[in-house]
Amino acid sequence: MRYVQGKYPLLAKNNIARGIYEMNILAPDLAALAVPGQFVHIALAGHSLRRPISICRIDEAHGVIKIVFALKGQGTRDLADVPVNSTLDIMGPMGNGFTLLEPGRKVILIGGGIGVPPMVGLSDYYREYATAISGFRDASIKILQDEFEKNGSRTILCTDDGSAGIHGFVTQPLEELLSSDGHYDCVYACGPMPMLKVISGICGKYDTLCQVSLEQHMGCGIGACLVCAVNIRRDGEEHFLHVCKDGPVFDSREVVW
Amino acid sequence: MAELKVNINGNEFKNPVIVSSGVFGYGREYEEFVDLSKLGGVATKGTTLYRRDGNPGKRIVEVPSGLLFSVGLQNPGIDYYIENELPNLLSKGTNVLSNIAGSDIDEYVAIVEKLEETDAPIIELNISCPNTSGAPLGTSCAGTEKITSIIRKMTKKTLIVKLSPNVGDIAEIALAAEAAGADAVSLINSIHAMKIELGSRRPFFHNNVGAYSGEAIFPIALRMVWETASKVKIPVLGIGGVTNGEEALQMMVAGATCVEMGCAIFRDPYAPLKIIEQMNEWLDNNGVKDINEIIGSVKPW
Repeated sequence: MRYVQGKYPLLAKNNIARGIYEMNILAPDLAALAVPGQFVHIALAGHSLRRPISICRIDEAHGVIKIVFALKGQGTRDLADVPVNSTLDIMGPMGNGFTLLEPGRKVILIGGGIGVPPMVGLSDYYREYATAISGFRDASIKILQDEFEKNGSRTILCTDDGSAGIHGFVTQPLEELLSSDGHYDCVYACGPMPMLKVISGICGKYDTLCQVSLEQHMGCGIGACLVCAVNIRRDGEEHFLHVCKDGPVFDSREVVW
Repeated sequence: MAELKVNINGNEFKNPVIVSSGVFGYGREYEEFVDLSKLGGVATKGTTLYRRDGNPGKRIVEVPSGLLFSVGLQNPGIDYYIENELPNLLSKGTNVLSNIAGSDIDEYVAIVEKLEETDAPIIELNISCPNTSGAPLGTSCAGTEKITSIIRKMTKKTLIVKLSPNVGDIAEIALAAEAAGADAVSLINSIHAMKIELGSRRPFFHNNVGAYSGEAIFPIALRMVWETASKVKIPVLGIGGVTNGEEALQMMVAGATCVEMGCAIFRDPYAPLKIIEQMNEWLDNNGVKDINEIIGSVKPW
């Protein structure tokens, strides 16, 4: 693994939906190392712990990374208050990103809520060969659909309350695609654990490779402090592995749901 | 440049700063940032006889001025440590404190029997893990004296006993460790603490309680180090919430020979090196030529 740590200029900040912010950060060395699915670990004044935020897009040519995050607690509120043109203390890129197949393979990208942002980096790679299924509680927190469309990725939008797109969960269109629409080489998913569990089950049923990105309360971010444990079955045994170093991406068949 | 070398039981430390047990694994991860040879020492992750998976569920949460954690001694076991991690650490040009933990005396004995076959120079006997079930041995004078004397008879390695703050009088526990033959005591381990999620009425941790670390505990740790250092004759290693050089020096003025630092590294992976630089700068600015002059130099009212 290779990381960098430093202070990087915040180029732009936008409130893109209710309680959701995007930030573009100038970090050429970090952008050169990063792959989709990795995250950055951000230090904020007055907080003992850094905040892990997934990388949404990597623009290596311009040395810029984009992050998108939801306001969850004081840490993310303080992050959202950082003024444009000041700097952010960032460690990254952290963790293992998604395993990428060769371009041109057909894949499904599934994001639930604030699990959608890392799917954009995959859409940047697979482009028109990707189908992006996004699920939100309601239309007020719908994000990033334009980004998928500009890449030529097909978008399927779901909301829990029917205020936009399909009234229902992301698992319905997933099952329809896998059962009727021919072959997909991989499903990538990020979002709440109950959603990932159901997706994992559906992919198992159709024998489709599924990579999930998991979340856990995190400390050091590099695998030293052992706090961000997830139960993973590997080599016939269950282990508490760590989201920061062993993940955040795991093969869904290994996760002990 | 002040002289920063200190000595504990014949082990020379090039400076007094040790990264404490639990935040640093076995050193491999933070080596991406920190040249281990620049550190006074590294205290390893608490290691048990067999592999332990640690506690289920969430294990860390930020609280005011610090954090709570509940890892439960996840580690690969002493055989793995001896075979795969200890030789690597011993090659790094720093002092290695092999931190060991057991759930009963037999387990400590079995671990030390294995360490006796190695070149590990220093044992940090963790009798104070806050996040495993049952009261640790280190919460009574009798328990402390018993385990320390048993381990003392087994080994000539430098024996540091790591003490719990979750006791009535930590200096009495330190005296018990000293009487039983400890070469030094390190304190404090973390403070029992708790968080409850209001909506579910559930404690945040599956173990119900966790342990409080970070800058909030520094004044408490400093007080305990001072109380202990003024009673025992053996060296004291000060631990707890140290985030900068001046705090590290306060620990030494209170009587600590070495200072272990932990959680500050989560915010700043270079924190141990910065603390060493800041200590040196203060000593230079204040005309102190040798850091040993300040150990225990507090002038109580």
